[in-house]
Amino acid sequence: MNRWLPFEWIVAARFLREGRMQTALIIAGIAIGVAVIVFMSALLTGLQANFIRRVLTAQSHIQLLPPKEVARVLDRRFDAATGVRDDPIVQAPLQRLKSIDQWQSVAAQIEGLAGVVLVSPTASGSALVIRGDANRAISLIGVDPAVYFRIVAVPDKIVRGSARLTNTDILIGIDLASDLGVTVGDKLRVSTANGGSNTLTVTGLFDLGNKGANQRTTYVTLRTAQSLLGLVGGVSSIEVTVQDVYAAETIARRITAATGVEADSWIATNAQFFTAVQAQKTSNTTIRFFVGLSVAFGIASVLVVSVVQKSREIGILRAMGISRGQVLRVFLRQGGLLGLLGSVGGCSIGLAALWAWQRYARNPDGTPFFPLDIEPGLFVASLLLATLTGLLAAFAPALRAARLDPVVAIRG
Amino acid sequence: MRGVRKAFNVGLPIETEVLHGIDLDLAHGEFCAVMGPSGSGKSTLLNIVGLLDRPTGGSLRIAGEETTDLDDRALTHLRGRSVGFVFQYHNLLAGFSALENVMMPMIGDAGFIGPGMVERACSLLESVGLSKWRDNLATNLSGGQQQRVAVARSLAMSPQLLLADEPTGNLDTKAADAVFALLRDANRQHGMAVLFVTHNAVLAQRCDRTIQVVDGMLAAGAAGR
Repeated sequence: MNRWLPFEWIVAARFLREGRMQTALIIAGIAIGVAVIVFMSALLTGLQANFIRRVLTAQSHIQLLPPKEVARVLDRRFDAATGVRDDPIVQAPLQRLKSIDQWQSVAAQIEGLAGVVLVSPTASGSALVIRGDANRAISLIGVDPAVYFRIVAVPDKIVRGSARLTNTDILIGIDLASDLGVTVGDKLRVSTANGGSNTLTVTGLFDLGNKGANQRTTYVTLRTAQSLLGLVGGVSSIEVTVQDVYAAETIARRITAATGVEADSWIATNAQFFTAVQAQKTSNTTIRFFVGLSVAFGIASVLVVSVVQKSREIGILRAMGISRGQVLRVFLRQGGLLGLLGSVGGCSIGLAALWAWQRYARNPDGTPFFPLDIEPGLFVASLLLATLTGLLAAFAPALRAARLDPVVAIRG
Repeated sequence: MRGVRKAFNVGLPIETEVLHGIDLDLAHGEFCAVMGPSGSGKSTLLNIVGLLDRPTGGSLRIAGEETTDLDDRALTHLRGRSVGFVFQYHNLLAGFSALENVMMPMIGDAGFIGPGMVERACSLLESVGLSKWRDNLATNLSGGQQQRVAVARSLAMSPQLLLADEPTGNLDTKAADAVFALLRDANRQHGMAVLFVTHNAVLAQRCDRTIQVVDGMLAAGAAGR
């Protein structure tokens, strides 16, 4: 008997040890439940993080665009005889490439907002790239490399050359390079619909992991793009990254309210994807809840049986002067101990399963499906939650034990 | 106790009174045998005296304290400090050793293992001749040994009243004699009052006094000394 243990811990531990088969089985049950929760949570968190990372490596969290041009009818004729007002057919206007009005002050305003990390103005539009007889339509994105490459990590995607950009440089995708038969150091002629034209040197080839993107996307400096697209001094969009990717929609609304410029968050532009992520989160929470519930019922049922089995001993303890409160605490501690021991086992099994998953579940080329972010917080939370579940589950049986009439209990 | 009554199923058509106004005085250091046929109310009387059960009428004073109006917490405290029990069956906590069983009332009262508790439990086990078996689990002891451990445990808190409900009923004559002798010694050495329920007339004769419980009442002349 440990000298430093209080009475309730001594009796609780001994009661559990006495019914060791029962105790071992319920601890195994809790461990399996906790292992499922740990494994599933880490896996789904990793999966979600990977999805989001893939989506957000190629785009900013929030994009500010100039307002769309809208055709308005100035006068709708009213026929007094029929009492009908004309409802003319209005042709949708063409959306010209135009700059965000007062973009410098808008950008400065956004930089001052809480939760905003980076603000990068860009000038982008369509262009034609010509190399000898070959030409391809491209999307020309003019950026400030120092800021923009922190939003979209183009340097990480460079497979040949470097991500260096001066006013005469261009970065192109590997598929466009292949179509045009160019490589690093070669020159390309870039022309735009408004007559802008420039000869640029290919300084780097990148691979965005998508053939379409690799064929169309090109990066030049902001100044080069402004000159080619006829947007001198202007920008066609402002790219923003925020600290919490899930707060992007709220911050986007705040930006629109503060600046009057339309701001689209990645959540709005990837609504279906975001809904899928949310659905996955909800189903994960639901599964965790029901696993936790089954663990709680398991603990409660074992303790109910234990109260029946130990009723005579509870009676003897009560005859010795042990109070109802002490009896209550003995059974609560049993519930807590079961939860704690089960969760320690469950965390270990979960960790082993995650390790095995990372070790054996791999792509054909040997790379892992996606990196798992194994957070110590997940294990701490599982330990605390399982212990708390044990305590709560033990409450009803503990109350029953405490309320036992000692005379009836001793008589059996 | 004065006019103690105990009825079950109070207020129901099947209400049954098992003790019909019992008056009983037990002096300090007195060793009193309680005899009577099965179902006469001996165990109910013992449960009430031991504060395990409440009377439905009358009053009860234990160690000078009126218990009728005490709440469960106070009754439990008084029981732990002033009353020791020895039951007929299943006296000990099965998962604990002999030493731990003896220590249990002291640990429960203090809330933890305090200084001197192990020494006191060892000395009590020695006094019942079980020093050698102190680390044996209760379930590994014979019936007689278990009762001796139970006697040692009942003395752990130095109670003023010791209640023994047929403690020898399940033992052979030799073991029964040994347990009775232990109770008698404890009574003489520590001066506590003992209420000893038995069907054994020979053992009852060796007590200071014998009271007869018949149909929920004490036989004439049993109340006083």
